[in-house]
Amino acid sequence: MAEMTIRDALNAALREELIRDENVFIMGEEVAEYDGAYKVTRGLWKEFGDKRVVDTPITELGFAAVGVGAAMAGLRPVIEFMTFNFSILAADQIINHAAKMLYMSGGQFNIPIVFRGPNGSAYQVSSQHSQALEALYANFPGLKVVMPSTPADAKGLLKSSIRDDNPVIFLEQETMYGLKGEVPEDDDFTIPLGVADVKREGTDCTIVARSFTVPQALQAAEIMQKDFDVSVEVVDPRTIKPLDIETIANSVKKTNRLVIAEESHSFASVGAEISHQVLENAFDYLDAPIKRISTAEAPMPYARNLEVAALPSVEKIVAAVKEVCYL
Amino acid sequence: MPKLSPTMEEGQISTWVKSEGDEIEANETIAEVDTDKATMEMTSLEAGTLLKILVPGGENAKLGQTIGIIGEKGEDISALLKEIESEGSSNGASAKEAGQKESGESDREASDKDTSKPADKPEEVPSKSEEKKPAAETGSSGRMLVSPIAARMATENGIDLRTISGSGPNGRIIKRDIEAAIESGVQSSEQKTEKTVKAFAQTAEVQGASAYREENTSNIRRIIAERLAESIGPVPTFYLTVDIEMDRALELRKSINDAVAPERVSVNDVLIKAAAMASMQHPFVNSSYRGDKIRFYEDADVGVAVAIDEGLITPVIRGANKKGIAQISREVKELAELAREKKLQPEQYTGATFSISNLGMFGIKEFTAIINPPEAAIFAIGAAKPTAVVKNGEIVVRNVMSVTMSCDHRVIDGATGAKFLQTFKQMLENPALMLV
Repeated sequence: MAEMTIRDALNAALREELIRDENVFIMGEEVAEYDGAYKVTRGLWKEFGDKRVVDTPITELGFAAVGVGAAMAGLRPVIEFMTFNFSILAADQIINHAAKMLYMSGGQFNIPIVFRGPNGSAYQVSSQHSQALEALYANFPGLKVVMPSTPADAKGLLKSSIRDDNPVIFLEQETMYGLKGEVPEDDDFTIPLGVADVKREGTDCTIVARSFTVPQALQAAEIMQKDFDVSVEVVDPRTIKPLDIETIANSVKKTNRLVIAEESHSFASVGAEISHQVLENAFDYLDAPIKRISTAEAPMPYARNLEVAALPSVEKIVAAVKEVCYL
Repeated sequence: MPKLSPTMEEGQISTWVKSEGDEIEANETIAEVDTDKATMEMTSLEAGTLLKILVPGGENAKLGQTIGIIGEKGEDISALLKEIESEGSSNGASAKEAGQKESGESDREASDKDTSKPADKPEEVPSKSEEKKPAAETGSSGRMLVSPIAARMATENGIDLRTISGSGPNGRIIKRDIEAAIESGVQSSEQKTEKTVKAFAQTAEVQGASAYREENTSNIRRIIAERLAESIGPVPTFYLTVDIEMDRALELRKSINDAVAPERVSVNDVLIKAAAMASMQHPFVNSSYRGDKIRFYEDADVGVAVAIDEGLITPVIRGANKKGIAQISREVKELAELAREKKLQPEQYTGATFSISNLGMFGIKEFTAIINPPEAAIFAIGAAKPTAVVKNGEIVVRNVMSVTMSCDHRVIDGATGAKFLQTFKQMLENPALMLV
């Protein structure tokens, strides 16, 4: 085990997979000579050279398409979007090509591609650069969607994503790149896709959180225990699609109450989907209506105070937990 | 329509003292109104001209309803009339008193002189439908709010949710309420697993008291309970008892039986016929109170209480007043048989105009029966027994039967019921009267 940041855990995962499989290559804006806009690819160009780590022009649709073609030809591209907001430009390649190629080619072409980069808000990057897009991609059959919240998860899940034969949307969080944690150093450490992780065990209320809201949920759980003697369980699905509803539903069956905390907007969100699946799987165990904390239904404001007000927070999650616990 | 008595909900315009176009002084009587208590004079608070009468004499108006318009002579009130009309169509008992200028209430402020504008602060007079609302929400049909896990725990622990008061929002029963109930143990009882077990398996909470067993309430039992509770609550019932000498009625029965042998008619069949005939002379007994209307029935459709395993049911002999005793007897037997086989169709056991319940065969001397709404009466028949009776100063033996009539006081008054029983008694003591 070694303590490292999410940034370094991702870097380690990429490095290990570049070594492990010569078909793996990285492509994106500033990923090579500049070491990546967020330094996730630091040192990789120097170590592996132009063929394995490729700088692109500012042409998201173009290099996403090159990635899909490379994957069809047998390579395993890891495409970095400087932020996932830019993936919107490449959405046709992701949604119409990567996601559907296996089906439309009658099983002839797997697309073993990873689209990765930061998702969600950063620090005052305003409306166009603060979006959490997981619900968009999770809506399309053919795409897997992964959202790690710890360095270990980031490493284990990225390695699994690169080894997966299907297109994977791998969503990081800019404000969490510096978050530290213990990470196994084993080259073969992977975390299977589609398995949720109980980040904290509890008996009175479940919080389902992902990415940005996981650290907040853990803090909220701490406060609930200390101030209200309420034992909160925090479940991190880690993979949004396929979703491990069993772990979530089992937790709800135990605690009878559910709060879902997410960084995306609320309407038609992943939280809405989880809420529905919990109703299907654990309706008879609920003691209160499911409560969601999401980002405000408005474009992200630039002003810091408004940005903070729009985003989920520990305080908002605490209030939601109190509400479902009838406190 | 102003409130002219403390309990008044609507008033009937007895007469308009003023006509359209008449000048009116302040405090002058403009109409007489029959309230629930008395006829009251309605005075105007303001001087002006009675421009329009909206509720003519003889008609009712709910509290707050606009009954007329007072204003300046020649004023255009067409817009105001339109508004009143639309209110009337959307809510007959609108609380708004648009433009209303007439009032007998001394505390009502004299409002704006401009009658084309609605009074600026409508007095809140709840309409009937509004008043009913809270009752409906808290009533037995009101939906109970229970969280899914609380409902599940209640079932698993044999807790009656109706005994729990919810601590969640809007009284929602939640997990902690059930936990508290389990802890207190008051409501918990062993879940019966074997439905067929009839043993008195459960012991009472009080030491030494009898053991008991619990069975699920059958549907019919529940309906009986609901119907009877409904009866004893809103139906103000009183009881009249009369003794009837049945000797001649028994003779009549005997001669009918001789005539129709091998068929046999029962005393009860004779009673059905007599009650049906008597009710024709006393229409209130064969009626039903329906709020603003009283329904009188042309024929006597007599409900006959029949005991069955699950409870009781009252098959109906339609038009018993028009049928012969032998025919009544055949129908009763047929329906009673269907009832015991649970094959009665709804039209065979609903819609009686009054009912008869006879416990004479059990040796019951007299009892009171509970009215089955919306019927107005039920007759509780006791056993006919040889009894010492004083006739012309001598003691003689007569077969005397007690009949107790339960009367819905909303339609049957004491004397009405008493007169009916007199006729009923006469018909049984002198059966020829049934033919008159």
